[in-house]
Amino acid sequence: MNAPLALLKMRFLTGLQYRAAAAAGVLTQFFFGLILIMVYLAFYKYGGAAQPMTLEEVVAYIWLQQIFFTLVMLWYSDFELFELITGGGIAYELCRPWRLYTVWYAKLLAARLSACALRCLPIAGVVLFLPEPYRLAPPASPDALLLFIAALLLGLLLVIAISMFVYLSVFWTMSPVGSILLIAVAGEFFAGMVIPVPLMPGWMQQAANLLPFRWTVDFPFRVYTGHIGAQEAIAGIGAQLVWLAVLVAAGQWLMKRALRRVVVQGG
Amino acid sequence: MRLFFQYMSILFKAQMQYRASFLMLCIGQFFVPFAVFAGMYFLFERFGGLPGWTFHEAALCYGVVHMAFSVAECFARGFDSFSRLVVRGDFDRLLVRPRGTVVQVLGSNMEFTRFGRMLQSAVVLGIAISGLSIQWTPAKAITLFLMIAGGVIVFCGICILRASFCFWTVQGLEVMNIFTDGGREMAQYPLDIYAKWVTRFFTFIIPFGAVSYLPLLYILDRTDGPDLMYMAMPLASLLFLAPCLLVWCIGVRHYRSTGS
Repeated sequence: MNAPLALLKMRFLTGLQYRAAAAAGVLTQFFFGLILIMVYLAFYKYGGAAQPMTLEEVVAYIWLQQIFFTLVMLWYSDFELFELITGGGIAYELCRPWRLYTVWYAKLLAARLSACALRCLPIAGVVLFLPEPYRLAPPASPDALLLFIAALLLGLLLVIAISMFVYLSVFWTMSPVGSILLIAVAGEFFAGMVIPVPLMPGWMQQAANLLPFRWTVDFPFRVYTGHIGAQEAIAGIGAQLVWLAVLVAAGQWLMKRALRRVVVQGG
Repeated sequence: MRLFFQYMSILFKAQMQYRASFLMLCIGQFFVPFAVFAGMYFLFERFGGLPGWTFHEAALCYGVVHMAFSVAECFARGFDSFSRLVVRGDFDRLLVRPRGTVVQVLGSNMEFTRFGRMLQSAVVLGIAISGLSIQWTPAKAITLFLMIAGGVIVFCGICILRASFCFWTVQGLEVMNIFTDGGREMAQYPLDIYAKWVTRFFTFIIPFGAVSYLPLLYILDRTDGPDLMYMAMPLASLLFLAPCLLVWCIGVRHYRSTGS
């Protein structure tokens, strides 16, 4: 088995050990989901006529966001990678005969997958059977479900490619704070983590469409509810692939630049 | 009390040694809750309002809760990161000193970068107040102050409670995030938009309702009943703090060093 795959498996199994943290996560996501839905219920009661998304679609959007939270959130940080760079451990990584980008990518992917594996089923199991209006509706159609799974997985690959830039920037700044924090916050907003993209004002939706972030959260969840039809979804998956190719290539190029002049810290 | 201020000035001086990093973090803290506020603003713009509430009224609620949260996060940071003291066995050192444990834990850590967050809440409060036509009286100003102070006490109470559990579990309990972060997210909207059980729980068990929603009604002249009752509501936070401190004291007596 080649190195990145073996690492992926190992990390995944390690991640599965953190069950207490996962239990806490499940409760937290569940609580946040309920609170958010109540807020939207109140908003829809006041001015719900003729909105770009129906209440059921928003409810489904919120629950999917909670269920797959660890997959889609931009800021799921792996402090080990930061320490590798700021602590000098990077020297060992460079000695090993592998491509650093692929290996880090596999590590980040495994951490997210294992966290999600522990969390998604308990939340999904409950929210599919809640009383109305809190219930998560099943997907719009079997096609929508298949497209949703494809879009979600591509979104996951995309979000890791984006978050890789945060790790890479540490090569230059030595601390993952400040300006990066700002980019992360803006990214989450444009991804639709705070409010769904269709509920934003027009000019902001246009900005969101130009950026890669919305393909990670907003797009897959709206495919699930059928808010984005099959035709458009297939085109969207194409866009995801293009973004993924661009961002991975840019990340690899940047990493090469970073490693050319890497300073091994510490001792 | 004097000891507390001494701790404060030492920690402040220590953190000011890394001035650039301090400023960057402050700016970051200013913008992080900004996304949440922007989300709230856009929802109001899209839907026009909440049943019984306009944007500026809700923003007042948001400002009070976030201000209280950031002050509590700044000064009660010691309780927030308390599990580290227990894990390393450093709490033993605190016990041998002839001073109270509460003030020493408070003094063990403070996070002054939360100033950025406070500033953001202050801006929101300013927006809310300038957008509302309230007839300000001294009584209302005092109520507003009490609301923020009460909120700080409630958040501190939760932090102390969470820290107290470390005496039994050693590790921090992440579930308590529901009450700190979750409580903040929940209380930033007026409480009456939620389902009954949520409102009751967060009024009678953890009194967020008593420090934000009920006195807010008084400031907006929507009370029925004696005004003094609404004004004094934030004092209920003290009733919440008392059992938290009690649990803390029981915990301290239970403490067995982890040492290393």
